[in-house]
Amino acid sequence: MSQSVLLQALVYLAAAVLFVPLAKRFGLGSVLGYLVAGMVIGPAVLGLVGAEGQDVMHVAEFGVVMMLFLVGLELEPALLWKLRTPILGLGGLQVVMTSLALAGLAMVVGIEWKPAVALGLILAMSSTAIVLQTYKEQNQLGTPAGQGTFSVLLFQDIAVIPILAILPLLAIQPAAAGEASAANHNLLASAPGWLRALALVAAVAGVVGLGKYGMRPIFRLVARSGLREVFIATALLLVGGVAVLMELVGLSPALGAFVAGVVLATSEYKHEIESDIDPFKGLLLGLFFMSVGAAIDFGLIRENPWLIAGAVVAVMLAKTAVLLVLGQRFTGNRAQNVTLALGLSQIGEFAFVLLSFTTQNGILTQRITSIATAVVAISMALTPLVFLLNERVIQPRLGPAAAPEREADAIEEKNPVIIAGFGRYGNIVGRFLRANDIGTTVLDFDADRVETLRQLGLRVYYGDASRYDLLHSAGASQAKVIIIALDSSARALELVALVRRHFPHLRILVRAHDRPDAYEFFEAGLTDVYRETVDSSLRLGVDALRLLGVRAYHAQRAARTFLRHDELALRELAAVRKDRKTYFSTARQRIQELEQLLHFDAANENLGEVNEGWDNESLRQEVPPGSPAPTAPQAPIE
Amino acid sequence: MARILIQFAHPALEKSRVNRRLIAAVESLDFVTVNDLYEQYPDFDINVQREQELLLAHEVVVLHHPFYWYSSPAMIKQWEDLVLEHGWAYGRTGNALAGKRMLNAITTGGRQDAYQETGANRFTIQQLLAPFEQTARLCQMQYLPPFVVHGSLRITDAEIDAAAIRYRELLTLLSMGQTTDYASLQAPFLNDLAN
Repeated sequence: MSQSVLLQALVYLAAAVLFVPLAKRFGLGSVLGYLVAGMVIGPAVLGLVGAEGQDVMHVAEFGVVMMLFLVGLELEPALLWKLRTPILGLGGLQVVMTSLALAGLAMVVGIEWKPAVALGLILAMSSTAIVLQTYKEQNQLGTPAGQGTFSVLLFQDIAVIPILAILPLLAIQPAAAGEASAANHNLLASAPGWLRALALVAAVAGVVGLGKYGMRPIFRLVARSGLREVFIATALLLVGGVAVLMELVGLSPALGAFVAGVVLATSEYKHEIESDIDPFKGLLLGLFFMSVGAAIDFGLIRENPWLIAGAVVAVMLAKTAVLLVLGQRFTGNRAQNVTLALGLSQIGEFAFVLLSFTTQNGILTQRITSIATAVVAISMALTPLVFLLNERVIQPRLGPAAAPEREADAIEEKNPVIIAGFGRYGNIVGRFLRANDIGTTVLDFDADRVETLRQLGLRVYYGDASRYDLLHSAGASQAKVIIIALDSSARALELVALVRRHFPHLRILVRAHDRPDAYEFFEAGLTDVYRETVDSSLRLGVDALRLLGVRAYHAQRAARTFLRHDELALRELAAVRKDRKTYFSTARQRIQELEQLLHFDAANENLGEVNEGWDNESLRQEVPPGSPAPTAPQAPIE
Repeated sequence: MARILIQFAHPALEKSRVNRRLIAAVESLDFVTVNDLYEQYPDFDINVQREQELLLAHEVVVLHHPFYWYSSPAMIKQWEDLVLEHGWAYGRTGNALAGKRMLNAITTGGRQDAYQETGANRFTIQQLLAPFEQTARLCQMQYLPPFVVHGSLRITDAEIDAAAIRYRELLTLLSMGQTTDYASLQAPFLNDLAN
């Protein structure tokens, strides 16, 4: 059993690894890649995955939950409040008008009014998963179209709740209540209305309260333990727990996760949670898209090609038309409006949930449900192509695109210097550069520190600098220099490799903790390696010498000489380190040299180096005492 | 072709108008090495060995600097003190620089007529450069007349360009010429050297 699960996982992973990069390479976006991968491994082509595809889709829907959690995380309550008009206005009108239009269409083709309204409501949903993912990939969420799209999708997520409540009223034949509640995992399905409402309010209040007061101490405790995997587990537990709780009271898990995200958006752990959840979200969403691809019933399509094709085109055209009318006022720009309307023209993943719900409740016939499922899947599969069509064919004809607005959390600065790590070392470097009017983009992995520094008004960004995408958005392709001052040398080395591979034009200056650290960096081919303690130790040494009566300038030059020898030794040792025998003999030899340097003894040759220029010993020997110096200049130092 | 080492010292090159363009005009010459001392030793920690090797590898040494307080910026003096060691550059066994040529290439804020017995500065440039001349002598080097760009505070862009071109020409001539050509050179300024 476990082996077959593993095998299945391998099939999905292999398909993703094969098709997604291909799709990206041809500029088609990852969503289409996943969908095609799903079709290929599905029953239609290879048949590597079959009946369990539906279960996989249920698991994978958790990806949508996570995505909405992340969307909420990036959306501070203030911004959400600012969007209230488009959410209620644009979103509300879209759901109502589209439902009516589609219900009308359904009635035209001869479906009774009750199932027609049910179909209308179901097909009015758009795909949060595909559309938001695409907008995010294209960095378009900040544009008017992006904001409008987001508002509509958010309203649709909220609308799922009342729709689930309305649908049973549209039943043409009574259904087994037990079946419905079992499918929905809804404990309260049979409870009286007021109790359900109470439970609902209590659950939402619970999520808000937990996010606002409960999670902070928990995250602090976990963060203090320093175990990254436990932190990830906590974040996953939070999202999963909220989803389950919402499902129990009959709310959309995605909506619950969104609320939890918004509540945590002002938390100092926001970015850490974000980066921890993100890969899971990505994988699960990919899985979800693949299961959509696999679920397309090609047999049914082959039997009714024209019916299904007609339905897909009619639905998508109707949805586009409604939004073209509604969106004009919101976006205020024709090009943006077209993007908005076309982008939301598909039917969303909630339709799958609602369709299975309607079958169980006897609202729609099996035939209508299967055809509708195929239509939903095909419309989703077409979405990436619609985006492409819009981007490549339609938009160019609508004139220049509106300048995209700044995305909420994006790093927009384009500075010549990137500082990775703003701890005790990086912050001195950073402050020094800023004091000299050098633009620096600072990345730090410690969320607490980032929050504190931001409160102090410093433009510091949270993030793991060894991630390619973050480095890219930090402007690594325009920067000239990257200063690596990470606390962990292992991560610093990873970053070095990453910069070498993707941003070879960047000059790398790296902080090393100690000698072994420095050797590692030399081995990685770096030349600008700075041991963090050496300069300060020598400064202290200089002061100590002065306290013992050595003249300041002499002490200073002695320190410089010492440093020069030490750096030379460091590089020599780095070169021979692999050969342990040589290493130790060279090391001993170098230590002896350093010891010699420390002896301020007139007989010591190394001492001479400190003062050569002003040493008049040889001059004194050349000029006998008492005689005038015929050819010698006045000795500069007596 | 004689190789020329420009010992360049300007503590605030980013503020310089004239020197930057003079250097830019000559640094591409393949027989010229520009040793930017303030860039090389921002902490005055001069690498004596490196400097002596540089001197040995060139036949003409140009001390190129603004004329600060009738002399050079501190770096040049530091360089002399540390690099021109007894027993190497001068003294009974110090012959390392024997036969080489040395000159100053300087920019002055004051106009040429200020550097006269009757002018504001009361001494000529040549008189004020006497310590450099004697340093060269003691190191058995031939000291050549200085290359001078006067009035650097008021100079026009066109005049700077002309000076830069002249500097390039003169260094080229120096590189091609024989030492003996200059033994009898009487011109007060290298600027006046005939082509």
